[in-house]
Amino acid sequence: MANDPIHQFQISKWIPIEIGGLDFSFTNASAFMVATVVAAGAFLFLTTSSRGLVPGRLQSISEMSYEFVASMLRDSAGSHGMRFFPFVFSIFMFVLMANLLGLFPYFFTVTSHIIVTFALALLVIGTVVVYGFWKHGFGFLKLFVPQGVPGIVVPLVVLIEIVSFLSRPVSLSVRLFANMLAGHITLKVFAGFVTSMSALGAVGVAGAVLPLIMTVAITGLEFLVAFMQAYVFAVLTCMYLNDAVHPGH
Amino acid sequence: MFVASAFAASAQDAAEATHTETGVASEGAHKAGFPPFDSSTFPSQLLWLAITFGLFYLFLKRVVLPRIGGILEVRRDRIAQDLDQAARMKEEADQAVAAYEQELAEARKKANVIGQEARDAAKVEADAERRSVEKELEAKLGEAEKRIASIKDAAMRDVGTIAEDTAASIVQELVGGRLDKASAAAAVKAVKQ
Repeated sequence: MANDPIHQFQISKWIPIEIGGLDFSFTNASAFMVATVVAAGAFLFLTTSSRGLVPGRLQSISEMSYEFVASMLRDSAGSHGMRFFPFVFSIFMFVLMANLLGLFPYFFTVTSHIIVTFALALLVIGTVVVYGFWKHGFGFLKLFVPQGVPGIVVPLVVLIEIVSFLSRPVSLSVRLFANMLAGHITLKVFAGFVTSMSALGAVGVAGAVLPLIMTVAITGLEFLVAFMQAYVFAVLTCMYLNDAVHPGH
Repeated sequence: MFVASAFAASAQDAAEATHTETGVASEGAHKAGFPPFDSSTFPSQLLWLAITFGLFYLFLKRVVLPRIGGILEVRRDRIAQDLDQAARMKEEADQAVAAYEQELAEARKKANVIGQEARDAAKVEADAERRSVEKELEAKLGEAEKRIASIKDAAMRDVGTIAEDTAASIVQELVGGRLDKASAAAAVKAVKQ
């Protein structure tokens, strides 16, 4: 139904694939993941193909995103953290492109599904844990014992640190998911008001101007949110990776 | 973001209140699966996310990031090189200016020396000329004085002779008789003295 704000999140199978009783169908979500990756990859690849010493506008965008993520990672995780640069850059570009593609009418938003954002968050935390233990062994556990804490409150602090560490993947994934979900529902609801009020005749059409203005304004806001959430996701990734690189802090 | 979610909540309430069939549908969806919470789609989403994100990561790591990094590196090197060259050129220019100024100072000094020498030489020459002119003039003056003296002597002698002759004539006229020459000369001499 046209006015159902949830309809846009529905997943429809395009090519049914079933392996071992599990459904691995190529769906509209899969198609938009491919579109996200192809769009981001092609943009970065094609705009830098001339390797101009003096960059054009599009090449500047690619270079700016490169330096933006590089400085973000260097600021929070230091030069040792730069080994994760391809990882952080991929996450940033993937989330950003998925968010932006989702803003097109009738397009599916990959990041509006909790399982996708949660998988990305688990990937980040998994990287932190695996690299932390591989690099520092059990020294990685110093992460949970901040320095300069009086002995008597250490158990309490350690408990809090562990809980906060475990809640990271949840907060990281839910933040992105909820923002995308809420933004798209809001947009859809206001756009729905425009059509349903217009159906009521001349007065309705006059009244529909207000939700129309709101729809336009929220679309602008959603572009900001799309960028902000990709940025927040990448910044938090950098900060968590910093724990893996320097667990003593 | 909070604003957006608040909007979403109120909008959803409104939507559910106004469209009862929507409310029924979304309530049904909550039980049958609000799409993002429908776990039957999870395997497919995870698989395709792994495939697409994995390929994306590899593509960026192998192709795109080395390329952009290379572009930035080349540019940084080029800028550093250009700055070096500019600094070198500036140094050269400074050296040229210093050399020029030194040369100028030397030339000025030399010009002063030459001027001084020329002045001195001119002065010496002028002095010499003046001295020779003065000597010549003195010589001429001396000669002239000598000539004047000789003329005067001659004149004086002539005067003596004339006086003697005149005296002799006067004596002859007045006294009659001849006055010998020697006594006339003695008389004139006595008068003259």
